[in-house]
Amino acid sequence: MPVIDKTARRHRWDTRFAPYGYVAPYFLLFGVFGLFPLLYTIWVSLQHRNLLDEGGASVVWFDNYARLLVDPYFWNAMGNTMSLWLLTTVPQILFALGIAALLNRKVRTRTLFRMGVILPNITSVAAVTIIFAQLFGRDFGLINWVLELFGAGHVDWQAGTATSHVAIAVMVVWRWTGYHALIFLASMQAISPSLYEAATLDGASGRQQFWRITVPLLRPQIIFSTIIATTGNMRLLAEPLLFNPGAAAATGGSDRQFQTAALYLYEQGFTNYDFGYSSAIAVVLAIATVIVAGLGYLVTKRIQTE
Amino acid sequence: MRPKALAIGCAALATAVVLSGCGSGTTSGGKTKLTIGLFGNFGYAELLKEYASTHPDVEITDRTASYSDHHKNLAAHLATNNGAADIEAVDTGYINQFKATPDKFVDFNTKGGDQLEDRWLPWKWEASLSKDGKQIGYGTDIGGLAICYRRDLLQKAGLPADRDQVAALWPTWQDFIAAGKRFQTNAPEGVKWFDGGPTVLNAIVGQASVGYYDKSDKITVGDNKEIKAGWDLVVDGVQAGLSAKLLYSTPVWNTGFKQGQFATVTCPAWQMAKIKDQAPDAAGKWDVTSVPGGGGNWGGSYLTVPKQGKNVDKAVELAAWLTAPEQQARVFTTSGLLPSTPKLYDDPAIVGYKNPFFNDAPVGKLFTDAAKKLQPQYQGPKAGDIQTAIGNAMQRVEQGKQNGEESWRQFVADVQK
Repeated sequence: MPVIDKTARRHRWDTRFAPYGYVAPYFLLFGVFGLFPLLYTIWVSLQHRNLLDEGGASVVWFDNYARLLVDPYFWNAMGNTMSLWLLTTVPQILFALGIAALLNRKVRTRTLFRMGVILPNITSVAAVTIIFAQLFGRDFGLINWVLELFGAGHVDWQAGTATSHVAIAVMVVWRWTGYHALIFLASMQAISPSLYEAATLDGASGRQQFWRITVPLLRPQIIFSTIIATTGNMRLLAEPLLFNPGAAAATGGSDRQFQTAALYLYEQGFTNYDFGYSSAIAVVLAIATVIVAGLGYLVTKRIQTE
Repeated sequence: MRPKALAIGCAALATAVVLSGCGSGTTSGGKTKLTIGLFGNFGYAELLKEYASTHPDVEITDRTASYSDHHKNLAAHLATNNGAADIEAVDTGYINQFKATPDKFVDFNTKGGDQLEDRWLPWKWEASLSKDGKQIGYGTDIGGLAICYRRDLLQKAGLPADRDQVAALWPTWQDFIAAGKRFQTNAPEGVKWFDGGPTVLNAIVGQASVGYYDKSDKITVGDNKEIKAGWDLVVDGVQAGLSAKLLYSTPVWNTGFKQGQFATVTCPAWQMAKIKDQAPDAAGKWDVTSVPGGGGNWGGSYLTVPKQGKNVDKAVELAAWLTAPEQQARVFTTSGLLPSTPKLYDDPAIVGYKNPFFNDAPVGKLFTDAAKKLQPQYQGPKAGDIQTAIGNAMQRVEQGKQNGEESWRQFVADVQK
């Protein structure tokens, strides 16, 4: 019976190939918007190429990378990137754990609070940065005003390396803590109450329960959040750029004191039009991000129940 | 024209780099849609309305961004051959960089521009001419120099407020700094003599016979005694506490106008529009007088038409109209931008113009005199970036991060890299 045979065959093909069809859109999009730009960036990083003059490009292989290794401003930018990574990622995860623990209690209008913590995350990064830059203003900033009330004096937040890093880290932490807190909260609610009951019977304090039960059981989520936060915080661009608006924005301060690697990439590409060099920075930054995320994974993986 | 660095435009930047095909050049209902990409205040609002009413087939959208965003976005749009406006303004500091790739732009000489050459000052015309003779931009304004000052603040510190007497305080920049030291001893609390070292320095550099480059496009600022002397003088002023330490064209600088944090500011003609935009309440408090040293230029712009546009002919027509002497004359009286068309420098309507916001200062006479005295200075390919670098260097001194010599050495090493 050829007709049945045909339907049966079609059915077989369907079960065999349809799954690939279903996942194909993701891979197509990833190929177009993820893989292709990545490979193309690597290709451009091997060229000497002016942004505006693709016709005059020439392949120079690893020249850009050789320049990069001895470029003090690149290493300065990498140092700033690492400093900001540390100052943003660690507080983000710690504060998020704390907020999640608070939101996990039975408080009134807790849905309101739970939604509230995500608000910073859905506001525009440009708007957030512009407002924070004003808060951290030297002459009329709210933070300096408060500091002065306590007699702590005036801080020129942009001028110093440490002060500018703190200011930028505050913007990032404010924006992302709520997001991670919600992830932690969701997992906290899945922890069986019997564990806490047993611990209470054994005489464990709330603090002990938090560090010995809650945190270890959240390990997968902490690993996830650390990696997500790392990939984001290693390529900070908008915050340092808008913290210092004006013609010199791309240099990240008068002495590049808060120029991140992403900002240096932007400066080289769109101020100096050195597209090849800029791409080489992008490739090295991507590799560094993978390494740092790997380190973050190794550290958070060690969280365990005793 | 210079930045009005309300960084809100920055929001566009990240996206603009990636996609932003902002739909220029589509026609709807038989109308040609033209977009014009500007920065700061070109004083075109009224003119664009008028053009649209006399050309019913054209619809114009104005896209204004901050100074640095505008030029960076333009570079990105040219690089990707997509997303540029039909007309794009380019500042003097960037025109050399863009004319190095003239094929990205319409050559106005092929669209009748060669007939219009006499409209402009010869040096203005040449500055946007590529090495192979293609004209990529029609000149808008030039940045002839003056000093804007707060009458009330000078008076409070016991200095004269009358503009001729004020001009007599500072025939040279040395005198300007000396007058500042006098001002500062009796200055009202929280008020400094000038807004920031970089602003003063830019005016001094604009008056130098040789700028950052020599004529073979070599960066020679490291050996430029004139600029180094200006640097030392401004450092001296900064160390004497004359600077409000605000970098020009930043939000804090704008606030400085509102709060009256400084008594004087270097005033290229376009600065008048900025002051009026930033501190509308200060009408009558500000006045304008001549600049120490005399002459000099800072800024000024061009209108270009990127080749990628879909309506280049209509765009060229509009650019030519906006930069025609009649329109430049109107921009001068409404917004204070100094025309780049010498025919207007003897026009009684221009020469006799007094600006009511600036205490009826005779800005027509003042700026046309400045324009006539102006010795054009050769601008190299990256003059705009070097100006940014020297501003950073001066800020390092203001922030106490380095002394004058250290910062100068780092600046020279940076730009010669």
